[in-house]
Amino acid sequence: MKDFLESLGKKVEDALLTAGRIGIIFGQVCHLAFTPPFKLRNIFRQMEFVGVNSLFIVLLTGSFTGMVLAMQSYIALNKFGAESLVGTTVALSMTRELGPVLTGLMVTGRAGSAMATELGTMRVSEQIDALYTMAINPVKYLIVPRVIAGVLMLPILVIVADLVGIAGGYLIGVNMLDINSGVYMARTEEYLQMSDIFNGLIKAAVFGLLISLSACYQGFNAKGGAEGVGKCTTQAVVMGSVMVLISDFLLTTFMF
Amino acid sequence: MIKIRDLKKSFKTKIVLDGVNLDIEKGKITVIIGRSGEGKSVFIKHIIGLIKPDSGHIYLDDKDIVSLSESEHSSILKRFGMLFQGAALFDSMTVAENVGFPLREHTGLSSKDILTTVKEKLRRVGLVGIEDLMPAELSGGMKKRVGLARAIIMDPEVVIFDEPTTGLDPVMSANIGELMLDTQKALKTTYIAITHDIALTFRVADYVAMLHEGRIIAEGTVEEIKNNPNPILQQFLTGSTKGPLQVT
Ligand SMILES: Nc1ncnc2c1ncn2[C@@H]1O[C@H](COP(=O)(O)OP(=O)(O)OP(=O)(O)O)[C@@H](O)[C@H]1O
Ligand SMILES: [Mg+2]
Repeated sequence: MKDFLESLGKKVEDALLTAGRIGIIFGQVCHLAFTPPFKLRNIFRQMEFVGVNSLFIVLLTGSFTGMVLAMQSYIALNKFGAESLVGTTVALSMTRELGPVLTGLMVTGRAGSAMATELGTMRVSEQIDALYTMAINPVKYLIVPRVIAGVLMLPILVIVADLVGIAGGYLIGVNMLDINSGVYMARTEEYLQMSDIFNGLIKAAVFGLLISLSACYQGFNAKGGAEGVGKCTTQAVVMGSVMVLISDFLLTTFMF
Repeated sequence: MIKIRDLKKSFKTKIVLDGVNLDIEKGKITVIIGRSGEGKSVFIKHIIGLIKPDSGHIYLDDKDIVSLSESEHSSILKRFGMLFQGAALFDSMTVAENVGFPLREHTGLSSKDILTTVKEKLRRVGLVGIEDLMPAELSGGMKKRVGLARAIIMDPEVVIFDEPTTGLDPVMSANIGELMLDTQKALKTTYIAITHDIALTFRVADYVAMLHEGRIIAEGTVEEIKNNPNPILQQFLTGSTKGPLQVT
């Protein structure tokens, strides 16, 4: 029991330390993001990397989630004779919650892991040291474009996920569950408000920040050859996913 | 030109540098020798500011560079070039982009002028027609030479070499040694190299220092080092397993 408490205490201490270090990097990123020179080319390359590379997986998860949501909510709503609200349920769940969270998790797995691997490799092969010796600030050159790309691209990916999710729900609702298409759309429009979408997009931007920050942090702190790179990648995915889920809870609590 | 005074550095409980004192003369090749894991890389990373010491001073032209602010230090870095142990070429860039990187970031030169300079430096290290290859396509010796070309692209006053010949065959090692001499002679650059390659040391060094257990235990010209009776130094130079140095 004492051992358990001790190791728990150590874990908490480590987590706080890590949070502190990430906070410091975040501070540097904010400062450097607004200090010239601005390398737009690097930012665009990262935006392409985060956005385009994750597009397919986001289309896939978004549409399937929308379809499953339609079927599941139909079962519950059918009991109250409120099948016409399937569209509403799908739209609200997608925009407020599942769009941002699932996209966040997918981007963590797809782009966050790749960022950590790339930066981790650069760390252990001394490429980051090399940047520094060439009087290039590695945080500005490597982390800033990735964080900007994360913050900008996540909301865009979430819009995509929302759209295909709602479309998937419509497809199932109208074709499989025989809900009248006019009613389905009317109910969706009636209850879905701009603020629902907007709140989801704010979440997305925060997730994008946290995912890219954790991935870059893990990559920069990789050590000890290929094994260390593998470890930092795993940790980036775990950390990114946990951050998405925890911040989702906090944001939902404060925003709604 | 560089004076190191009482430099100390520990990682957690492990003492790596335990009071290093060394003077590095301008326009000369200083070679620091020592066993693997003795802290040679840690030592030279202090000189270029990649690692901050726990205590001690490093004077560059009588100015202490240990306590400089980030931006002051950044301007000092432009006087340095460094060749890393594994060359540290950027995987995502071609050879030409790697070598020209400092020029692209720090000068307003046109791409055409940059390419001309890059080709000129690559020719000087004996590489022609490889501008468009990726680092992954190069052999170890070629990587080192590209790394050298990148380190000298801005014509720095000081170039630091972290084990320039490790992992290379003897002929390629000799070639790297010759390239070091050639490139150094042209501009009378100050070169600092760390290595455990004795042949290279004797070939290029103007001055030799041996790092052992966190201190410089012997130093001098090649002649002086060869005649130094220190048993640790002599065992290291002859590569014998018998003597004060233990294999653990
Ligand atoms: N960032 C670090 N954190 C903890 N320990 C470190 C760090 N960097 C180096 N060390 C330790 O310092 C010691 C010296 O390492 P260093 O890389 O300087 O050796 P070296 O003389 O260059 O050896 P080699 O010839 O193998 O390159 C090693 O024991 C290493 O484990
Ligand atoms: Mg080393």
